[in-house]
Amino acid sequence: MSGAPQATAAAAGRPRSALLVAGVIFAVLALVPFIAEVAGGAYLTSLAVRAMILAIVAISLDLLMGHGGLVSFGHSAFVAIGAYCAGIMLTEGIYEIAVILPVAIGAAALFALASGAVCLRTSGVSFIMITLAFGQMVYFALGSLAQYGADDGLTLWSAPDALGTKWLASKTGVYVTVLIALIGAWALVHRITGSRFGRVLRAARQNPARVASMGYSVFRYRLTAYAIAAMIAAVAGVLWAVHASFVSPSLGSWQRSGDLIVMVVLGGMATRNGALIGALFFIVIEEVLSSITHDWRLIFGPLLILIALYARGGLVGLLDRIQGDRT
Amino acid sequence: MSTTLILIQVLNGLQLGVILFLIAAGLTLVFGVMGFINLAHGVQYMVGAYLAYWGYGVTGSFVLALLMALPLALVMGLILEFLIFRHLYDRDHLSQVLATFGVILFLNQLAKVVFGPASLSVPPPAFLDFSFTLVDGLLYPAYRIAVIVAGLLVAFVLWLVITRTRIGMLIRAGATNPDMVSALGVNVRLLFMVVFGFGAMLAGFAGVMAAPIFSVEPGMGDNLLIVAFVVIIIGGAGSIRGAFVAALLVGLVDTLGRTLVTDGLRLVMDASAANQIGPAIASMLIYVLMALVLFWRPEGLFAARAAR
Repeated sequence: MSGAPQATAAAAGRPRSALLVAGVIFAVLALVPFIAEVAGGAYLTSLAVRAMILAIVAISLDLLMGHGGLVSFGHSAFVAIGAYCAGIMLTEGIYEIAVILPVAIGAAALFALASGAVCLRTSGVSFIMITLAFGQMVYFALGSLAQYGADDGLTLWSAPDALGTKWLASKTGVYVTVLIALIGAWALVHRITGSRFGRVLRAARQNPARVASMGYSVFRYRLTAYAIAAMIAAVAGVLWAVHASFVSPSLGSWQRSGDLIVMVVLGGMATRNGALIGALFFIVIEEVLSSITHDWRLIFGPLLILIALYARGGLVGLLDRIQGDRT
Repeated sequence: MSTTLILIQVLNGLQLGVILFLIAAGLTLVFGVMGFINLAHGVQYMVGAYLAYWGYGVTGSFVLALLMALPLALVMGLILEFLIFRHLYDRDHLSQVLATFGVILFLNQLAKVVFGPASLSVPPPAFLDFSFTLVDGLLYPAYRIAVIVAGLLVAFVLWLVITRTRIGMLIRAGATNPDMVSALGVNVRLLFMVVFGFGAMLAGFAGVMAAPIFSVEPGMGDNLLIVAFVVIIIGGAGSIRGAFVAALLVGLVDTLGRTLVTDGLRLVMDASAANQIGPAIASMLIYVLMALVLFWRPEGLFAARAAR
């Protein structure tokens, strides 16, 4: 995993333009409901919500992959845990989001601390595979919950209350909430990566032995990062349950985890906007290509290959180089 | 639980094991020798199965279809290596993941376009289209026995090649220390290409053998690929012997687990609860096994890079 140092340099190099890019993306996302009034309708807003929720998860995964050097192949399990916490509580008659959200975050954090303590004893490809193992365990465990739909999933008949109000029962409420959550996740991860904690995490990616010899417990820093990423993913899971009114074990399947890794690498790891751009690009290009041809994967597959071969540092790296050529 | 049922499950487990071995053998060499994560290896298995379907349609003979599919699977692997993979050997693992993920999307969709989304079937060869009587009243198809025998034969030949030939020696050396092999004047690029091509052919062979047993459909290799990765992690990357032991272990654990876990749970809890959580625990078993191996022996049971 040698591509990361240049990526960090790119992230440090252009903080102001990166902020501008993120600002433009968030502004466009804020305008989507108004655009949908004119064209696209509910389908467009629903698509944007899906893309934003995935972007939240991708941003949290980049904290692990890009900054921590920890490629988790089981990250979607935390989304599923969050979604199922919401689904089960709504089914059991607990409607208050102020209760659901902390429980979901807490459940994901507990599972992350327990499984992370085991996973983080390995590194490199072993870490990829052991996180896959825990992800699969969650996936099969959720599929065995017979009273909550088992493999078929669970349809949610009611939206949660937001501090007693019906805010989350309206499409607008959900849209605004998801957008705020996305901006919050983006800001949080950048506060974390810019802090001393983030610097220790990145230093441990490059040389764990040296960081350990300076007196830091690499294991504790990584485990904390693992739990933080899991908690953000769980929030995304709750939002997904609210948005889709449906949860199923496939939220936690390994294909979803693989998609997330692809989104982060596609956008550019350990950059300010890589994960955000990667996730949005993934969803938008899927929509655009599938409107051209039913067999859109015949175009998307080779596109990914070309990006892997020729665009080091992903889309953000590509943008940076185009910008660099111009100046 | 009767002994005959266990016997049948053991045979099914061995059959899954040898198919897993044929896929994992190429995967473990590509990963162990070149440090290359090839997610598209499962697609090679699918390609083999579709080639068998196509070859059977053209010739009407399973054996001829097999003979046609093998060189075509080899050529397919070499083309992919030449066009894409060889440019990624020096790159980080995640670029390899991205590119090979693209290959999966493309080839799965191509299979859907060319052969349609429905699952297809290939009949077993006529001379194997009968059943053995295991014990009175219980039949077991001869073709499935033949798959086990063929898989074991291939494993034996592969063992001979790896341990008794010059190319095998180079592959073993490459798995242990590729830089040193290159420094000693061996054309590592060519070695990589050979390993890659034959790895693809073995996965294609697995696909041909599996075609009459499982349904031939787009994406059929994706789930087996993940299990094949479990196999090479348990066995130790780069070790053919490890892949063989781990493939049979995973095949048996997975197959036997599906019947034994639920029956075992019935002894300690009521039947409906056992029926509910039994299948979930059975599906988890191979992952639990992998997690345990990774925890106690991170380099796998038969690590190629460690001292043998």
